[in-house]
Amino acid sequence: MLLRAFIRAALAGVAAAALSGTALAQKKYDPGADDKEIKIGAIHPYSGPASAYGTIGKAIGAYFDKVNAEGGINGRKIKYIALDDGYNPAKTVEMARKLVEEEEALLVFNPLGTPPNTAIQRYLNQKKVPQLFVATGATKWGDPKNFPWTMGWQPTYQAEGRIYAAHILETKPNAKIAVLYQNDDYGKDYLKGFEDGLGDKAKTMIVAKVTYEVTDPTVDSQMVTLKASGADVFFNITTPKFAAQAIKKAAEIGWKPVHYLNNVSSSVGSVLTPAGLPNAVGIITTAYIKDPTDPQWANDKGFQEWVAFMKKYMPSGNLADGFNVYGYTVAQGLVQVLKQAGDNLTRENVMKQAASLDITLPMLLPGVNVKTAADDFYPIEREQLQRFDGKTWVLFGKVYGR
Amino acid sequence: MEGFLHQVFAGVANGCIYGSVALALVMIYQATHHLNFAQGEMATFSTFIAWALIQQGWPYWAAFAVTVAVSFAAGLVIQRVVLRPVERAPVLTNVNVFIGLLLIFNALSGWLFDHTVKSFPSPFAQESFLKTRFFSAHEMGSFLVMMAVLLALYAFFRFTSLGLAMRAAALNPDSARLVGIRVSWMLAVGWGLAAAIGAVAGMMVAPVVFLDPNMMAGILLYGFASALLGGVDNPFGAVIGGLVVGVLENLLGAYVIGTELKLTVALVLIVGTLTLMPAGLFGKRVVTRV
Amino acid sequence: MNGPTTSTASGAAAAPADGTATATAPAGAGVWRSPLFWLGLALAVAALCVLPFLVKNYRVFQFNLVLVYAIAILGLNILTGFNGQISLGHGAFYAVGAYAAAILMERAGVPYWATLPVAGALCFVFGFLMGFPALRLGGHYLAVATLALALAVPQLLKYKLIEGWTGGVQGIVLNKPEPPFSFRFLGQPFNSDRWLYFFTLAVVVVMFWLAWNLLHGRVGRALIAIRDHPIAASAMGINLPVFKSLTFGVSAAFTGVAGALGASVIAFVSPDSFTVNLSIFLLVGMVVGGLASIPGAFFGAIFIQFVPNIADEISKSAPAAIYGVLLIGLMYLMPTGVMGLVRTLWLRWRSRFSAAASSSNARPKET
Repeated sequence: MLLRAFIRAALAGVAAAALSGTALAQKKYDPGADDKEIKIGAIHPYSGPASAYGTIGKAIGAYFDKVNAEGGINGRKIKYIALDDGYNPAKTVEMARKLVEEEEALLVFNPLGTPPNTAIQRYLNQKKVPQLFVATGATKWGDPKNFPWTMGWQPTYQAEGRIYAAHILETKPNAKIAVLYQNDDYGKDYLKGFEDGLGDKAKTMIVAKVTYEVTDPTVDSQMVTLKASGADVFFNITTPKFAAQAIKKAAEIGWKPVHYLNNVSSSVGSVLTPAGLPNAVGIITTAYIKDPTDPQWANDKGFQEWVAFMKKYMPSGNLADGFNVYGYTVAQGLVQVLKQAGDNLTRENVMKQAASLDITLPMLLPGVNVKTAADDFYPIEREQLQRFDGKTWVLFGKVYGR
Repeated sequence: MEGFLHQVFAGVANGCIYGSVALALVMIYQATHHLNFAQGEMATFSTFIAWALIQQGWPYWAAFAVTVAVSFAAGLVIQRVVLRPVERAPVLTNVNVFIGLLLIFNALSGWLFDHTVKSFPSPFAQESFLKTRFFSAHEMGSFLVMMAVLLALYAFFRFTSLGLAMRAAALNPDSARLVGIRVSWMLAVGWGLAAAIGAVAGMMVAPVVFLDPNMMAGILLYGFASALLGGVDNPFGAVIGGLVVGVLENLLGAYVIGTELKLTVALVLIVGTLTLMPAGLFGKRVVTRV
Repeated sequence: MNGPTTSTASGAAAAPADGTATATAPAGAGVWRSPLFWLGLALAVAALCVLPFLVKNYRVFQFNLVLVYAIAILGLNILTGFNGQISLGHGAFYAVGAYAAAILMERAGVPYWATLPVAGALCFVFGFLMGFPALRLGGHYLAVATLALALAVPQLLKYKLIEGWTGGVQGIVLNKPEPPFSFRFLGQPFNSDRWLYFFTLAVVVVMFWLAWNLLHGRVGRALIAIRDHPIAASAMGINLPVFKSLTFGVSAAFTGVAGALGASVIAFVSPDSFTVNLSIFLLVGMVVGGLASIPGAFFGAIFIQFVPNIADEISKSAPAAIYGVLLIGLMYLMPTGVMGLVRTLWLRWRSRFSAAASSSNARPKET
């Protein structure tokens, strides 16, 4: 009798071992994933003062439609839950809680803006839900020690500012610099990187620093002030519409400094054309992604794929809007992460895969890759300088970043 | 000195923007004694209509003319349909209706024309003869357009019988009715004119600040400040108020308090004007009999 | 100047209770003695206490926001509904209350419950000061001035000189208050959100009781008199400047307390949370709930909390459009808001009920 009990127990033990832990056909799921679908939650400002960025969310949705039409990821379809926070952090908190507690999404994807992301960072890390590929260039999103569930995406503003500073120190070490920046986290982050890059010389080289608000109708007054400072280098930290105003005004008042323009506003179609192409000759910026309005990419394979995608899946989308390229590219990044996760769709594995990326994407500039590691939560770091020649951006110099 | 002059003239250019919005506000106030909070959004919507026409290939001035006409008609219809039922209602009711219109127009602009920032062409080419040392061609052009609108309004009110009837209806509706003026229709015409002026303002502003549904959000408050400063029932005052506000904003921002408190300046200006000089610079002093 | 009760839409004239304070007293006099009333009240209280354990955390969070907005709308109603001073800028007071609480909690380590009275007091002073220039302004002018306040405050909050305190544009991240004891009920833990629910509920009860007392006494009658016939009121000896400024102060204090509570509920403040949209939403909530109605604040709060989430499903632009259409529609059809409708129906039902029950009683019907 004892023997029978012993054999029964042994058989049970073997059976349990066989069923539980071998690598073959092992599927692990967290809320939001199962055999059929993966629920991806995203929060973007579709209404309110930052609604121009809402098209990123739409482009992401269109790309997921494409992926689903082509069979999904490892046989699973993507269920995309797109919520609107109106760029109001209080609303972002509510939407994040909705995604985690009510919709039970696997992860929160590409939330946009520094204050909205700050509002939900602690909550998502407490709940151990990935806050993946955050849509802002603020430097604080690559901090795996303190916030292991949060990861940035694009090159940080500070890194970009440092690149300009390095270039100025190389080419014009005795320059007098004037800075125009938006009075918020984005503007200040750029400025910090720039000043850090100049080091001790920042205080002597920067002769004028002026801010503007998004609610200001124009920046004309600020441009006049900057010209009056006698500077011969201009660092222009403005969003697209103000950038166009600044470029136009500089030309109108006859100020021709060496003009460094932040990458956010470097679109040929949305910024330089309204500003007047002749006025923009000589402007320097960095780039990591292809500008859809730049004629040099017309025959590029990646660009043509993107246009085909837009025409089929987002026909009402604006082909001149760089945000649609951004959304397309970041969605591709997520798809890569999910593909790498295979059948282990736990949140922990998603973060692990996000921290093991090493790919290139078709709309990124040649030489720019997406690379992460356990201590490197900055996926895209490489950028290159480019100069405007009146028709298109011409890349020059080396590729910065690791 | 050159810098200072540039600031002043940049302020004048901005002031033209504020002044044209203030003109529309004053127009409605003169006709109905209400301040239209939805003025900015209506102007934005009109500008979108113009943009859509231009996208379809219409020449600029044709689109301009059609937009002004459509806006006039729309303003008329809005007054007849939306505002007439609450004509005699208390102020709060009217304010709520205006806010409601503001929300509706903003939502419509966003829904029909999406939120991407669009550029709007200026009829005044950058290198045209209008360009001077301190003003760009467009700035000069918008200034001239605004003066033309102002003079046309003045002539309309002073020398036409319709204008006279409107003034009568605003000043003393009961007596006006007794002489056969259809007061309700005068209010509607007032709204139509204000909507048309708003459309012009929008089309002059859009090339500078770019077109998106929230275009007027930053400007409306300065428009109010200008209208109140100049005297809310005086069109000339509105224009001058606009110029003063524009220059003041720039000078204070550049030399005194920095660019980070501009909205506070507007707030102080509004509260200050209303408490110290309620009639504004050029308005009529109102005395109520108890 | 006429009060909202005399506007052109129908139904308003039949519901006098929203304007005058005395009308509700006779209608409700017999209610207190009815055992049915107390039973109903007990059931309601029980339901409210059990509710947070029946739903998920996320819903409790939303309920907390509803309660917070209810206090804020009540504050606005005191000023605009009862006293006739239009404010398009109450978001500014909400912001000041929220930031006061956040700064006290984060920089001075003050416990969250102690921030409420401080925020209230600070906003009272702020509102009172705002009341002085408001004395000279009526109607639209006050609306414009308060709109300017609503637009200026977010920019002020970003100002670099006070950045050390306010956290500038990045805002301040707060810790959510922990419940003082923990247990499980109906399978759900008594966590932060549920504790805040009961805390907020307690604050709501206190604030509404305060408002009720204030507005159903002499002060309330004075406020309404000032709204409807300022000249006559002044002739009767009511000190207009003092009353109007005090009302501004009290109204701001209520909304400030709501803001302080909101800061704890959301655990984050930043200038972007307090744009002019907040002021407009509070206005919409007040109108929907019913002007000059204390319980209406709840309906208004439920409306502004849940309608955007539902409207979002239709279209991303829909919430604003719906608010606009409703604002206008309500002005025509139901200017006394949801509470006005409720009162009309209640009176109609009661009059039918009492006519049947006391047909021999010659007491005139309350109409």
